[in-house]
Amino acid sequence: MAIATASDDVFVEEERPTARVLGRRHDRLALALIAPSLLFLVVFTYWPIAQVVLQALTIETFGSKTVEHGFGNFARLFADASFGRAVTNNLIYAAGTIVPSIGLALALAVGLRESTRFNALLRTVVFFPVLLPLVAAASLFLFVFLPGIGLLDHHLGRLGFHQTNWLGDPDVALWSLIGLTVWKNAAYYMLFFIAGLQAIPDDLYEAARLEGASATQRFARVTLPLLGPTLAFVLVVALVNVVTQVDHVVVLTKGGPSDSTNLVLYYIYQQAHENYDTGKAAAATVASLTALVALSVLSLRTLERAVHYEA
Amino acid sequence: MATAALSSRFDGLRFAGVAILSLVALAWSTPLLWMAIASFRPQSFGGLDMASLAPNFRPTLANYVEALDSADFAGLYLNTAIVCLGILAVQLVTITLAGYAFARLEFRGRTLFFYAFLLQLMLVPPILIVPNLVTITRLGLYDHLVAVMAPYFASAFGVFLMRQTFRTIPRDFEEAAAVEGAAWWQVVIHVLAPLARPGLVAFSIVSVVAHWNEFLWPLMVISSTENQTLTIGLASFTRGAESASQWGVIAAGTFLVAAPLLTAFALFQRQFVNSFLFSGVK
Repeated sequence: MAIATASDDVFVEEERPTARVLGRRHDRLALALIAPSLLFLVVFTYWPIAQVVLQALTIETFGSKTVEHGFGNFARLFADASFGRAVTNNLIYAAGTIVPSIGLALALAVGLRESTRFNALLRTVVFFPVLLPLVAAASLFLFVFLPGIGLLDHHLGRLGFHQTNWLGDPDVALWSLIGLTVWKNAAYYMLFFIAGLQAIPDDLYEAARLEGASATQRFARVTLPLLGPTLAFVLVVALVNVVTQVDHVVVLTKGGPSDSTNLVLYYIYQQAHENYDTGKAAAATVASLTALVALSVLSLRTLERAVHYEA
Repeated sequence: MATAALSSRFDGLRFAGVAILSLVALAWSTPLLWMAIASFRPQSFGGLDMASLAPNFRPTLANYVEALDSADFAGLYLNTAIVCLGILAVQLVTITLAGYAFARLEFRGRTLFFYAFLLQLMLVPPILIVPNLVTITRLGLYDHLVAVMAPYFASAFGVFLMRQTFRTIPRDFEEAAAVEGAAWWQVVIHVLAPLARPGLVAFSIVSVVAHWNEFLWPLMVISSTENQTLTIGLASFTRGAESASQWGVIAAGTFLVAAPLLTAFALFQRQFVNSFLFSGVK
């Protein structure tokens, strides 16, 4: 949720003349003020990044004291079918959660844009899952996904559907997690879309209506383009969520059945915490760091364009 | 005539829209609705009808009693509160100071430092759990609550939020205070911080919600039961209750974990929503 704040800050950076008027530089004071933040950033962000890169390049052979350096860990990582599976799963999971959540969020935002009592009630109802810890949501969904007597099967069964092994069937399990994620996140994105919609001036719709634009045209030509910055922001938040949240995997599937729900961060956790393969865990961390950096460069560009479009 | 037809068609559309929205909201709320109902359902009620949403039973607190019995909820609440408030207390200091520096002071390397901070927004702590675990162990903090908090003491996000907030405050106030002979820290504490309250409140809500709900990192650095936070406690509690198919107990436990935030949201809805928006769109 932080990225838009920062980026639009960077790109809309303008020097306040007053800073100049005050004239003096405050090197020491400023350093002292940012020092506490900087200390923790160094210890828990920069140092670990350096360390994980180093560790990924260090190959320790069991039973030998000599340590080699090289790309061996990466070779092992890329040769690991589970890692490949985790990357593929993560891509499917990304597309599968982001597209429906954003679509749904947009639809809900358009539907609930006006602040009537009834709409406020509906907004509250759909917003509750956002505040639920992902672990708690996963605990609830243990029962939702329970075959036969669970919430889904029980009620779908009454409508005549067959029972499904939501978490046990390798072809279905990832989609079950996707469903849970959409349920949990859509309303969070809706919030931003509602704010975005309310920021669009009414005269624009009035003008479009006067020119005979239909509701669909007004949506496509006025609403969507003006929601550009919001959309870009929500997209970045959603992407970060996809990479950093695996609590439901831990509670519901542990990556299974047969790796069908393993995501990259869970794979890292497994390697480090269960297999004690720090080399592989480090290599996988470096791979996702690289992906995140690439992603943020890309998204900053998009955001920049979006922000300029708005201006 | 034409307008009447048009307006009745419009009413029809409107009605359909409201109906669809209500259905979506109903479907959305079903899991939580089930949680509330199942948590009060007697256990002997039978497993087959467990998914029923009809409250056709005499409500009982048995599930809550059992949930509270099988996990040390008081300890879990306490640990989680310590973690959230501990993180927040340190964050409020670090972000206010750094936010002030970036908003008001001119200094060498400002842009460079700014970008150095920016990095943490993208390379978020959850990705760095493996090397951070090594650091925590070396610092001798493994299995201490401080280990859960430490990676979050600096918040690039908070620094930007405060910088942004400080920038919206006119300088006249500070200049008046400076003329009166106030030192910079008096200006920050007595003038800027009170004026920046909306920013601080917004950040606090977002921060507490995030850390109340956090799971993977505490799971990695906490090993003993008495240092567990709510999410960890819930996960192990769920495992136990699941193998015994005690769904009502799971519902009760989940409700206990989620209740504080859900209640806070119900009470301070506007403030919550504004905070989430403030944290993003500003």
